Amino acid sequence: MSLNEILQPVTLPAWIVSLPLLAAVFSFVLPKIRVWVGIFTAIITPLMVVFLGREIFVHGAIQMQVGGWQAPLGIHLYADGLSAAMLGITAVVIGFISFYARSYLSGDAASRYFWSLWMFLWASLNALFLSGDIFNLYVTLELLGLSAVALVALSPTAEALSAAMRYLLVSLTGSLSYLMGVALLYAANGTLSIKLLATAAPASPSIATAFALMAAGLIMKSALFPMHFWLPPAHANAPAPVSAVLSALVVKASFYILMRLWLVIFEPFINPSTSQLMGVLGAGAIIWGSVQALLAERLKLLVAYSTVAQIGYLFLVFPLSSISQSNHTAWQGGLYFVFSHACAKSAVFLAAGTVIYSFGHDRIKELHGIVRRMPVSMFAFALAGVSLIGLPPSGGFIAKWLYLNAALTGGQWWWCVLIIIGSLLATAYIFRFFSRAFSYSPEVVEERPVPWIMEWTALGLALCALILGFIAPAVTTLLDAGNPF
Amino acid sequence: MTISLLYALVGVVLLGIGLYSLVTYSHLVKKILALNVAGSGVFLFLVATANQTSGPVPDPVPHAMVLTGIVVAISATALALALACRIHQVTGTAQLTKNEPE
Repeated sequence: MSLNEILQPVTLPAWIVSLPLLAAVFSFVLPKIRVWVGIFTAIITPLMVVFLGREIFVHGAIQMQVGGWQAPLGIHLYADGLSAAMLGITAVVIGFISFYARSYLSGDAASRYFWSLWMFLWASLNALFLSGDIFNLYVTLELLGLSAVALVALSPTAEALSAAMRYLLVSLTGSLSYLMGVALLYAANGTLSIKLLATAAPASPSIATAFALMAAGLIMKSALFPMHFWLPPAHANAPAPVSAVLSALVVKASFYILMRLWLVIFEPFINPSTSQLMGVLGAGAIIWGSVQALLAERLKLLVAYSTVAQIGYLFLVFPLSSISQSNHTAWQGGLYFVFSHACAKSAVFLAAGTVIYSFGHDRIKELHGIVRRMPVSMFAFALAGVSLIGLPPSGGFIAKWLYLNAALTGGQWWWCVLIIIGSLLATAYIFRFFSRAFSYSPEVVEERPVPWIMEWTALGLALCALILGFIAPAVTTLLDAGNPF
Repeated sequence: MTISLLYALVGVVLLGIGLYSLVTYSHLVKKILALNVAGSGVFLFLVATANQTSGPVPDPVPHAMVLTGIVVAISATALALALACRIHQVTGTAQLTKNEPE
């Protein structure tokens, strides 16, 4: 293969996976330059994702047989507009957080292993969004789970280790359930390719069982209520950059798989009560997560419970899309939730991490008047809060707007009521923290100076959540490229 | 009953036993073993599906999946055991602490 062939646009998917993978290996074997390997990758990979996005925008979906080996034994990479958008949001979030992590972890023992695990996490996310067959999705899901658990365990406390272990057990159980579904689908249809399964699968009991097993496994991994119990301890006890990426991207990866399978393979077989059930679980998540966020005494725990609530919104896409008039709007709304929550929640976690970095704790009761000590971080928190609540102009607003539209055109008004209640609860838990942060306090608290980059990366991500509110037409056009819906 | 159907059924039973033990035992090593039993059940089921071809040669794809799956399972077990050791060092017990997020 000549150099010219290797650098064709068709090979871009392979590069997007292998660059972070190489970086992971290099930052492990060459610990002296690990930070620079990480930062270099955090700059180059987003550029390649931009090129891939442009290619898909102009020419439609890209397919690639890695190494020239044909499916089913070879690995089939497939990128359409949906994959490109997921890769893009991943690149933005991980790119910003990498700069934050460089300052946050400098001088910390965790930094020794952080960078290679961080790059493994990125490579597995990229591979997941590019996989064209259900077994590769299983492998990437496992790689993602293992690197995420190891990152949580970088926190040396007993609570973090316990949370990491619980997370690992849940994650492995979820993957096994998914794998059993893969086995059933393969036994019934003799193919693993998502595209071929779409046309091959006739309705049968084994398809129904496969769907139940896969959905159950992916719901566990996405921490949908009532399977959310492992998320708050894991996300609240991990180091701040890790919490940010877990909430912003890792839980969305399993949701992405469920959504793909639902859209391409299972949609014709699913009866309305199944999709309404998903919505009911989502409603439970919104109410329960928001109430727990209102009661939380630690800032990171508040943010983690807010993630539980926001995951509920993602699952509302299933009942909303079940009616054909509102199908397309609902999917766009669901994906807009994924993107805006990814930016907003990572900004909030980074700001919370800055609070811990500076004050050594995050007990909300004792955080009087911190707005004067870290105005940029609190501004980022506020902007991201605007998107989490769903106020205009922000990505969160567009997402809720699309959902409300879908609910009204599909004649399912009860979801509108839920969305409004959820927004009020979100307002309550965000302002509960702000009433402390903005209050006046005369006493002087010991604090550690915060590097400017930590404050400004959080603001950068919060601004991305806001910008998503202005570029909705471009994003929805990219999503439609290659016809994923 | 054909032999591959027997394998498939045993695989499902092993998966069930593994998941049941995962929930009922509290010792971490037992939980990790339970996950391995459940994993073997899924692999056995996959091996059974390889016998679906009409000719004498079995389908190679499930075999490839099982091999990959075993590699994944070994890595996961290694990470789980390492974590269990750390938890034992730090807390003195090989059990999960109660889920009380402060």
